[in-house]
Amino acid sequence: MPEKEPFRPKIVAFACNWCSYAGADNAGVNRIQYSPQFRLIKTMCSGRVSPAHILKAFEMGADGVLVSGCHFGDCHYLFGNYRAVEQFEKAKKIVRLLGLEEERLRLEWVSAAEGVRWARLINEFVEQITRLGPSPLARNGRE
Amino acid sequence: MELDSVLKGTNVLDCLECGKCTSTCPISRFDRSFSPRYTISSFLEESPEELLRDARLWRCLTCGLCNLRCPVDVHYSDFTRRLRAQAAADGREATCSHGGALQALMKIMTAPALQQNRMEWVNQELQLADKGEVLYFVGCLPYFDALFTDLGVDTLSIARGAIKILNRLGVKPVVLKNERCCGHDLYWSGDTEHARRLAQHNVEEIRSTGAKLVLFTCAECYRTFKVDYPVLVGPLGFQVAHLTEYLAERIPELGQLAVRSERAVTYHDPCRLGRHLGIYDPPRTVITALPGLELREMAKHRDTAICCGTSAWLSCDRYSKAIQTTRLASARATGAELMITTCPKCYVHFTCAMKSQDCPEEARIELKDLTAVVADALGGVS
Repeated sequence: MPEKEPFRPKIVAFACNWCSYAGADNAGVNRIQYSPQFRLIKTMCSGRVSPAHILKAFEMGADGVLVSGCHFGDCHYLFGNYRAVEQFEKAKKIVRLLGLEEERLRLEWVSAAEGVRWARLINEFVEQITRLGPSPLARNGRE
Repeated sequence: MELDSVLKGTNVLDCLECGKCTSTCPISRFDRSFSPRYTISSFLEESPEELLRDARLWRCLTCGLCNLRCPVDVHYSDFTRRLRAQAAADGREATCSHGGALQALMKIMTAPALQQNRMEWVNQELQLADKGEVLYFVGCLPYFDALFTDLGVDTLSIARGAIKILNRLGVKPVVLKNERCCGHDLYWSGDTEHARRLAQHNVEEIRSTGAKLVLFTCAECYRTFKVDYPVLVGPLGFQVAHLTEYLAERIPELGQLAVRSERAVTYHDPCRLGRHLGIYDPPRTVITALPGLELREMAKHRDTAICCGTSAWLSCDRYSKAIQTTRLASARATGAELMITTCPKCYVHFTCAMKSQDCPEEARIELKDLTAVVADALGGVS
């Protein structure tokens, strides 16, 4: 019998074009070593990420979803990240109703200068999801 | 394309091209480019494959008004559903409203391991049972509450109201802790396979409770169970009824009903309960039995009622809004202060239409589900 493969979580991270994506870029430019267990999706603004995107990610088998944007007051579109909070709260309610752990969903603000923080955040989130184990929906997208 | 599977039972080959479907279609009325007659003739005479690529495929409301008008009994809404199934099988994606959030939700519900946490709306006043003869199928109400409260709808008042009414009738209904979506919207979006999985799950769960009668407050869930589930998964082994049907026979048993205020109301027939199932009288019986309410019919009511403008969370656009405001304006024109419906989706869609700045003053009217209206008349806190 081959040994059971350890659980390697699949995480979808939505990052806004102006701050968080640049933050992730900063982590790369600075050659920071961190977990590769996430797929990065760039959106023009964190406010663009609606419950539909988050639910679709879970439906397709994501074990965790991270939404990241500019700090309040820094949003390129002034109030886009406030919209992100509204959308995120809706998605969180749905995730809760579906019986998924709320820890599978995370909203963070990362600036373009915070490459180190981005890497730490991803490592932390990967660890958190690894502790939770695979999503009960995960088989759906992996058939 | 497998033509047989699309044409089966729809009588499309009998089409006379008289155009009655197009002249009655609520979408064609506002969007000249949408024509059921033309769709059928191009399907038969030109390339059916073209139709599958046409975004208009997802526009039909499947409200069934054209079926009613057709002199040769073409079943256009079923034809649309079959075309959509074919399009979906070819890998074409439906035009979904809300970015496809609801479709994702429905597909998530097919996951066998899902253990939902959907019972938080049940408060201490409501009495439920684990096993019993009567089961109340809640439908998507808790999810609508999460998604649409900012529109100002209170969908959970329907669920709480239903239990309150049943308790008053001396019934402690069973409510499934892990009930799934009924699959109506997936079925009408052409995703028959996921709809079948949902049907299987729900029917098995209901059977395990030993329930003999399943009650619905949603016209769509009811239609799906009554008409589509037997096709998808075979005989159900239990009875199904809309709460208004159940209630219409038991009005005297409700006892003393409170008069809130004297007011004129109007009733909107949801297409699934009306044209699809032919249930027109029970909701009216219930409304007229409530003290203080005077029922005024809209110009188009019963089988000619206009749809609420969107179905299956597919296309929602300015034409939907035009249909909705027209309907709301005709409700106001009756002089009624309140429009009552029996489908949570009509409730959500009309409320959404009134949120729009473009909605004229003469199309604004209070809107409630019949279940909530009856529960209000029972008095006490809902």
